[in-house]
Amino acid sequence: MMNRLVRNTKYATLLLLITIGFAMPIIAQGATPTDDEVNRIAKQLYCPVCENTPLDVCPTDACRQWREEIRTMLADGKSEDEIKKHFVDYYGARVLNEPPNRVTTYLVPAVVILLGALLLFRGFQLWTKPTVPETASGTAKREAKPVQQDEYVARLEEELKKRK
Amino acid sequence: MIADLGFGVLVVTFLVTLYSVFAAIYGELKKIPALVESARRAMLLTWPLLTLTAGILIYLLVNNHFEVQFVYEVTSRSMPTYLKVTAWWGGQAGSLLFWSWLMSAFTSLVTLRKWDRDRELLPWVTVVSGVTMAFFIGMNVFFENPFAQLYQTFSGIESHTFQPANSILFTPQEGRGLNPLLRHPGMVIHPPMLYLGFVSFVIPYAFAMAALITGRTDDRWIRITRRWALWAWLFLTCGLILGGRWAYDVLGWGGYWGWDPVEIAAFMPWLTGTAFLHSVMIQEKRGLFKHWNILLIVLTYDLVIFGTFLTRSGVLSSVHSFAQSAIGPLFFGFIGLTLITSVALIIYRWANLKSETEMKSLLSREALFLLNNLLFISILVVCFWGVIRPLISELFTGQKVTMGPPYYEKASGPLFAALLFLMGIAPLSAWGHSTMKTLGRALWKPTLLAVAITVWIFFTYTRDPYALIGFSLVAFTILVTLYEYGRGVYARMRSQDENMLEAFWTLTARNRRRYGGYIVHLSIALMAIGILGIELFQVETQGTIAVGDSLQISGYTIKYREVASWDNLPAGVNYTRAVVDVYDREGNFLGNLHPRKDYYFDSQQPMTIPGQLASMKDELYVLLINWEPISQAGTTFKIFVNPLVNWLWLGSLLFLVGIIVAAWPDKDPELVTVQEGKRIPQTSAAD
Repeated sequence: MMNRLVRNTKYATLLLLITIGFAMPIIAQGATPTDDEVNRIAKQLYCPVCENTPLDVCPTDACRQWREEIRTMLADGKSEDEIKKHFVDYYGARVLNEPPNRVTTYLVPAVVILLGALLLFRGFQLWTKPTVPETASGTAKREAKPVQQDEYVARLEEELKKRK
Repeated sequence: MIADLGFGVLVVTFLVTLYSVFAAIYGELKKIPALVESARRAMLLTWPLLTLTAGILIYLLVNNHFEVQFVYEVTSRSMPTYLKVTAWWGGQAGSLLFWSWLMSAFTSLVTLRKWDRDRELLPWVTVVSGVTMAFFIGMNVFFENPFAQLYQTFSGIESHTFQPANSILFTPQEGRGLNPLLRHPGMVIHPPMLYLGFVSFVIPYAFAMAALITGRTDDRWIRITRRWALWAWLFLTCGLILGGRWAYDVLGWGGYWGWDPVEIAAFMPWLTGTAFLHSVMIQEKRGLFKHWNILLIVLTYDLVIFGTFLTRSGVLSSVHSFAQSAIGPLFFGFIGLTLITSVALIIYRWANLKSETEMKSLLSREALFLLNNLLFISILVVCFWGVIRPLISELFTGQKVTMGPPYYEKASGPLFAALLFLMGIAPLSAWGHSTMKTLGRALWKPTLLAVAITVWIFFTYTRDPYALIGFSLVAFTILVTLYEYGRGVYARMRSQDENMLEAFWTLTARNRRRYGGYIVHLSIALMAIGILGIELFQVETQGTIAVGDSLQISGYTIKYREVASWDNLPAGVNYTRAVVDVYDREGNFLGNLHPRKDYYFDSQQPMTIPGQLASMKDELYVLLINWEPISQAGTTFKIFVNPLVNWLWLGSLLFLVGIIVAAWPDKDPELVTVQEGKRIPQTSAAD
């Protein structure tokens, strides 16, 4: 069952690709791709030399050539993914603005954050029980402060009540 | 000769700092007050010494002493004097010296003001800041000497601290000049602000360590350094904002923040610093989470060191450049050492740092502050992973990867949204105890209004789900804060018979910390409007047009009128300036813009200055694209429409006002106590 589904999907994808393959040159022959079309793809790429400068804004000659390469490929009817793949094949995954391995990229911080949240939750449970026997002076000192805070809030509330 | 003098003074300063550190430690351990006093005086001597060193470096910079490598690298004859002075922090060696100079100024300030009152803590504060300072001065002395000179040897021109045998001093005719991007007024002030923020965070750290070393683990260290931390936060925030504005005005990519590792390096200590500012309040009010507060300040300190190092060296671009950099491993060694020592001290004093009370409610202010801390630390995790992931990937798989803006936006977006929500409710919950009922009573009116506003936005402006979530949170936070502020003002008007302005003023002045915080929260909500606008709705177009032709974008028509190019030889710049007319949808003339390209001869680098037409609704941002030929026949323009971006800058200004309100010095409570002979209530301005 599963195999058939996979096979069918494969055929469907192949058919779709062939259709696109025939259709694209016809679409592409219409006009030279605009700067905006080029930039839309260039924005997602980084050349290996210009650290941290996306390709769409990088002023170096090398990056300018890359953009022209994108324009040519767009004119040849290549899709966005094909163009990106072309650069990845030549220069490695670093040209992409997001690493291809999404799992590592997002899983690591997500796990760390979840662990932190778990720790905090556990902490909440622990802290709501007293941890040390309070000394007389300690209690007096700490009790005093919330009272002052409450005084402020109480005064405020009282004034607002008077208004009514 | 003068350069040698500069280096000599630097070496003396290094030795004096080391002496101060060791004398203070030995004096404290062996209980020799005279030695401790001597250590204090030695520490006080470092500032004049470093000022002299800096003075010598500035003299060399201003007078074009290009035989000094640092001067050669960051200045040129055509630069105006003020830029030559500020070139002091235009390169690594100079900025390390600048760091030490600030550090010594702050340490001296603390030692001068508080010595008699905090005899117990201060010698150790001197030790901790002295060690930090010695590390930075040591970097200058051994690896990044700003006074190293150029010598002609058999194998070419080399830079050395001492003249090698068989060589002659080499003086280039002209310097390379400061990177033009750094000649912008924003960039002139941005690094000092950032460094002021960085360095001022060392003081609370030093006090925290002193508290651990001496065993005075009550909240004395927090009360002394609370204001330091606030001022540090002010400077750091100011530095970040100026950096953003600079990027927006100079880098020519239509944005203010690119999630560049260097930006993140400055942002990370800000995150932990902000978390710290919130969580110290829990300790002050409730005596809880003492371990966590110390850990936060330790983290902030080490991120400051990490940030200082990263912003200048760029070593994170690759494992190889890190390994090749002489100072890279040393910086990491220092960070590791301080981290281990600090954590060891925390563990050593673990029992003394136990909480004094228990937490009563999950909705209490302290619980919500902890949640706030979790969110800030989560954003830190996202940022840190983003910065080190490329290195880890290269180290383990040999494949380099780029962590660009999409990662940071996706990973931190929900966390920022949660923070915004928390910012709305936390100020309304009470210390100690809050229930759903009390919170609900305070929140329902603003919440209802926020929902109404969101519905209105849905029907009139946008149906983008992210925008709706974002704007509803912004509306919620603003309304809750204003409502709470308004209630306070109203109560005062009634009780004191004051008019609204008077009531607002006195209320704020009497509870500066509370209302300064409210102003900061309001400003963050305003900034969020700008950020949502530009992140979600920015549009751009690029096109090559001839004089007389026009480009259209988002209802604006930009017509290319003319272009001119001329040299300013004394300044060493070539300017190319286009004039474009801007019309709105109905064809009304809105004004001229002058996008510019400046080309600096000495550094052979161009700089793109946008033409901006700003309003609170949006900003038209026109760039002359400098990598394409520029002529009457055809010029390439890149145009951005940045909706709502000016709310970001407005919010930034309000942010600074809020911090200043909160951090404004009170009369020293202890002096007041002595003068008045009675204890003043703690709530005054300390809410």
